[in-house]
Amino acid sequence: MLTRNRLLAGTAALVAASLATLGLAGPAAAQAPIKIGELNSYKVFPAFLEPYKKGIELAVEEVNAAGGVLGRKIEVVSRDDNGNPGDAVRVAEELLSREGAAFLIGTFPSNVGLAVADFAKQRKVLFIAAEPLTDKIVWDSGNAYTYRLRTSTYMQTAMLIPDAAKLKKKRWAIVYPNYEYGQSATAAFKKLLKEKQPDVEFVIEQAPPLGKIDAGAVAQALADAKPDAIFSSLFGPDLAKFVREGQQRGLFKGVEVFNLLAGEPEYLDPLKEEAPEGWYVTGYPWSEIKTPEHTKFLNAYQAKFKDYPRLGSVVGYATVMSAAEAIKKAGSLDQAKLVAAMSGLTLMTPFGMIQYRPIDHQSTMGAYVGRIGVKDGKGVMKDWRFVDGKDALPSDADVQKMRPKN
Amino acid sequence: MTFSSILIQLLNGLAAASSLFLVSAGLSLIFGVTRIVNFAHGSLYMLGLYGAYSLIELFGRTPLGFWSAVVLAALVVGLVGVLIELAVLRRIYRAPELFQLLATFAIVLIIKDIALFTWGAEDLVGPRAPGLSMAVEIMGKRVPAYDLLLIVIGPLVLAAIWLLLTRTRWGALVRAATQDREMVGALGVDQAKLFTSVFFVGAVLAGLGGALQIPREPANLELDLAVIADAFVVTVVGGLGSIGGAFLAAVIIGVAKAFCIGMGSVTWFGVEISFSKLTLVVEFLIMALVLVVRPYGLLGKPQAAQRVAAEPAPPFKVPSWGFALVWLALLVIVPWVTDRYAAILLTDIVCFALFSVSLHFIMGPAGMVSFGHAAYFGIGAYAAGLLLKRAGLPMEAALLIAPLIAGAFAIVYGWFCVRLSGVYLAMLTLAFAQISWSIVFQWDSVTGGSNGVFGVWPSPWLADKTVYYYLALALCGAGIAFLWRVMFSPFGYALRAGRDSPLRAEAIGIDLRRFQWAAFVLVGALAGLAGAVYAFSKGSISPSTISIAQSTDGLVMVLLGGVETLTGPVVGAAIFTWLRDVVARNTEFWRAVIGLVILLIVLLFPQGLVGGLKALVMRWREWPA
Repeated sequence: MLTRNRLLAGTAALVAASLATLGLAGPAAAQAPIKIGELNSYKVFPAFLEPYKKGIELAVEEVNAAGGVLGRKIEVVSRDDNGNPGDAVRVAEELLSREGAAFLIGTFPSNVGLAVADFAKQRKVLFIAAEPLTDKIVWDSGNAYTYRLRTSTYMQTAMLIPDAAKLKKKRWAIVYPNYEYGQSATAAFKKLLKEKQPDVEFVIEQAPPLGKIDAGAVAQALADAKPDAIFSSLFGPDLAKFVREGQQRGLFKGVEVFNLLAGEPEYLDPLKEEAPEGWYVTGYPWSEIKTPEHTKFLNAYQAKFKDYPRLGSVVGYATVMSAAEAIKKAGSLDQAKLVAAMSGLTLMTPFGMIQYRPIDHQSTMGAYVGRIGVKDGKGVMKDWRFVDGKDALPSDADVQKMRPKN
Repeated sequence: MTFSSILIQLLNGLAAASSLFLVSAGLSLIFGVTRIVNFAHGSLYMLGLYGAYSLIELFGRTPLGFWSAVVLAALVVGLVGVLIELAVLRRIYRAPELFQLLATFAIVLIIKDIALFTWGAEDLVGPRAPGLSMAVEIMGKRVPAYDLLLIVIGPLVLAAIWLLLTRTRWGALVRAATQDREMVGALGVDQAKLFTSVFFVGAVLAGLGGALQIPREPANLELDLAVIADAFVVTVVGGLGSIGGAFLAAVIIGVAKAFCIGMGSVTWFGVEISFSKLTLVVEFLIMALVLVVRPYGLLGKPQAAQRVAAEPAPPFKVPSWGFALVWLALLVIVPWVTDRYAAILLTDIVCFALFSVSLHFIMGPAGMVSFGHAAYFGIGAYAAGLLLKRAGLPMEAALLIAPLIAGAFAIVYGWFCVRLSGVYLAMLTLAFAQISWSIVFQWDSVTGGSNGVFGVWPSPWLADKTVYYYLALALCGAGIAFLWRVMFSPFGYALRAGRDSPLRAEAIGIDLRRFQWAAFVLVGALAGLAGAVYAFSKGSISPSTISIAQSTDGLVMVLLGGVETLTGPVVGAAIFTWLRDVVARNTEFWRAVIGLVILLIVLLFPQGLVGGLKALVMRWREWPA
C-alpha cells in the first residue's frame, strides 16, 4: 500500500530528478549566439521600460544584420527584477550561471542598480548600468566592473544650472520624490546654484513619497512660501498631479519652474494640452532632432514598431550598442578584457558620439535642455539645445576625491 | 502657518479624505459581513479610475458625459466585484480563516496585468471636471472648485450609506450579519445573496472613489497597492464595520497629511524636523497610536464571538524522521548534481522557508495573525549588514547577533501587539513594520536610506555559493526544526490552548499574554535569522526587505502551503519562490500567470497545497480495497 511517507519521498525523488535534468543542459556550441544578460524592473516602471525593451530589440537586430560580433550573433536574455535588489541579485546569478550570459546590462531604480553593481564587483563581471541615475554608482560607490550609460542626476541638474543662475531669482522652492534620485538631484542643485549665486535662498523643501504626492497640499505649501522659482524632480503620476494642482491654484503664475526629466516623452506626453508652458526641463524632443545618427535611428525605429521612440528606447538601444562595441574591442569574452575595453570606449549613439570615461566609468551621453511649449494640443520642447555630457561633469580632481580607489 | 493657509490645508485634507472614505467604507462593509480581508479592493479603485477615463473619452468631455461616465464606471466596477465574489470567493467561504486573502491577492495580480494589457503602460491623465475646472478664491488663495465638491460628496455618501443601513431591510440584514452571521443564516436569510449584494455595494463604493479621482489623479498601474494600505488603515482606525468610524478616520488621516505638508520643516530646540517627509508614515503612526489606546479603533466595538465557521484546525502531525531525512539528503545532494544556480535558488528558498515557518508559528498555533512579519526579517537583515559594515564585526558574529536584535525589537513590538486580537492585532504589527521601514528608509547616514547597504558579503570561506547554501540550509533547517519542536513542548501546547479557548486557558492558570509575548519574541528572532542569512546571500540589503510586499509574500507562502499543516509553510515558500523564478523569465504578463496559478490552487485546495494533498491521500486510503 502506498503510504503518505512513501508518496512524499517519491515526489521528492521526482523533483530531484527533474532538477538534475535541468542542470544538465550542455555547454553552448561554439557558434551559438553570444548571450548578454539583461535585467530590469519591467513591471514596476512599464511606462519607461516598454519602449526601452523595443530599443533593445532594434539594436540586437541591427547588430546581427551587420554580421554580429566576433563572428557570432548576439542575443539579449531579459529578466524582470521586480524592482527589488534581492530578486535582482538572484536573476543576475541566474543569467550568469544558468543562461551563460557573458556579462550584465540593464536596471532602472537606483537601489537595484547599486546592488547589481556591488554584485558585479564581487563576481568580477562587467555590468553596464543602463538607466539608474544615481551619482553614487560611478562616484561614491563606483567600482572597477561597473559602467553607466545614462546622463546622471548630477549631469542633468548641472545642465539646468546656467539657465537657473541667469534668472537671478532669489527665493527658490524645491519639491522632489523622497528617495535617492530626488534627494541627490536636490543636493546637487542646491550646491551648484549656491556656487554660481551665493545669495540664493531656499525657502521651502517638500519631499512627498514617490507615487503618493498630495499635490493640492504640496502646491499650497509651496505657494505659501512665496518663491520666485521652483526646482522640481518629480516625474510620472506625481508630476501630472503637481502640474494640474499647481495650475488650478495659480502656483506657477510669475514663477519660473525647473523640472528634471519633464521633457521626456514618457512623462511629457500624458500631460497633453496641459503641458506647463515655459518650464525649463531636460528631455528628448524626438521629432525635431535632425542629426544623421538620430534620423537613422528614428526611421528604423518607426519602421519596425509603427510608434515613435521615447527616451527609454534610446537608452535601451545605446546600451546594447555599447555592449556590442565592448565585445568587438575586447576581441573575446574574457571579463578582464571586456572591462578594459569599456574603459575609454567610444561609440556612436542616436545622441551622437559618447565615451565611457576611464576616470569614473560614466558615459558622456548628453541630454536635451529646453522649455516646454504646447503645439497641436501636445506638449513639446522648444528652444532646446543639446548639452554634451562631458560638459556637465565636475572636474577630474573632484571626481577623484569622490570615487574610491579600486 | 498663517490662518489662511491653515484653513486651505484643512480643505485640502478634507478633499483627500473624501475619496479615501469611499474606498474604506466599501472595504469596511465587505469585511464586516463576510470577514474577508479584501486585498483586491485597491484594484477595484484602480479599475474605477481607468473605467471612468475610457468612458469619458467615449461620452465626450461634457458635464453629462463626465458624470454619467463616473456613475457608470462605479457600477461596472460593482459588477466586477460581483464576478469576483461569485467565481472565486463563494467557493472558499468555508476555508480556514484568512485563506480568502490569498485569493484576493491573486486577483490583484491578475487585474493589474489586465489593466496593463487594456490601457497600456503610459499614465492616463483624465480631463478636469467640465464646468468645475475653475478655482474658487478663498481668503486670497485659490482652491479648485472640484475639491469643494468632493468635500460635500463625502458626507453625502456617508448619509446615503447610513440611510441604507438603518432604513432598509437590506441594511438591517447587513447589520445583523456584521454582528452574527451564523444567526442570520439560521433565521433563514439567504447568505449567498446577501454576500453578493454586499460585495456589489462595496465594489461600487471603491469604483466611485476611484472614478471621482479622475480630475485629480492620472490613471496608473501603481494605484491599487498605493490605496489599499491607506484604506486598511482608515478602516481599522475607524473601527471595523463602522462606517461613521471610517469617515472620521479618513478625515483625521487626510487632514493630518495635509498639515504635515503645510508645516514643512520646523526647527524645534535646534533640531530640524521635516514634517513633509513624515507623510511617508503618518497614517501608520496614527494607527499605532489609536490601536494602543483604543484596541477596537475609534468607533469600533469588540468583535462578536465567532461561532466556528470552518472545521476546527486539526492537530498538527510531526513529520517522521525517515521522511525528514530523505528530504534533507536530497537537499544536500542537489548542488552536486545540478548547476550553480540551483544552490542559489535553494538558498532563497530556505531563507523564505524559515521566514514563513516563523510566521506560521505565530499565525497557526499561537493564533495571532501578523501583517507585518517582514519587520523582523528586515531588521535581522539590516542588523547583520550594519554590524558588519558599521560596527566592523566579523561576518560570523554579525550573522549570529542579528537574530538577537530582531528579537529585541519583537520584545517591544510584541508587548503592544499581544494586547489586541484578530485583525486589529494584525494591523498593529503592520503599523510597527511600516514605522520600522520608514526609519530605515529615512536614516541615510546609518541605513543608507532608500539605497540600502552594500558590500554585505560573507567571509571568504563561505564565498562559494554551494558552501553558503549548506550554511543557510543548516541554520534555517535548525531554526525550522526548533520551531516545530517548540510547537510540541508545553509552551507550544499552552499557546494552542490559548488560541482554541482563551477563557479556559486562563482558567487553568496559563498567563496567556506572557506566553504570546514570548512567542512573538521567539518568531521575531528566527525571522531575523532568516533575514540575516538572506542578507549575506545577496550582498546588499534594501528597505524592500521590510516592505509590505515582503510581509505579504510571507502570508502568501503560509496560506499557499496550508496553515493547518506543519510542512505547509515550507512547501508554500518553495513553490512560491520557484514559481516566481520560473514564470518571471517571461517578462510579459508574468504577474497574471502567477495570479492564475495561485487562484487555481486556491480553488482546488482550499486547505492549501499540503492540506489538500493530505486530504487526497486520506481519501485514497479510506477507499474500500
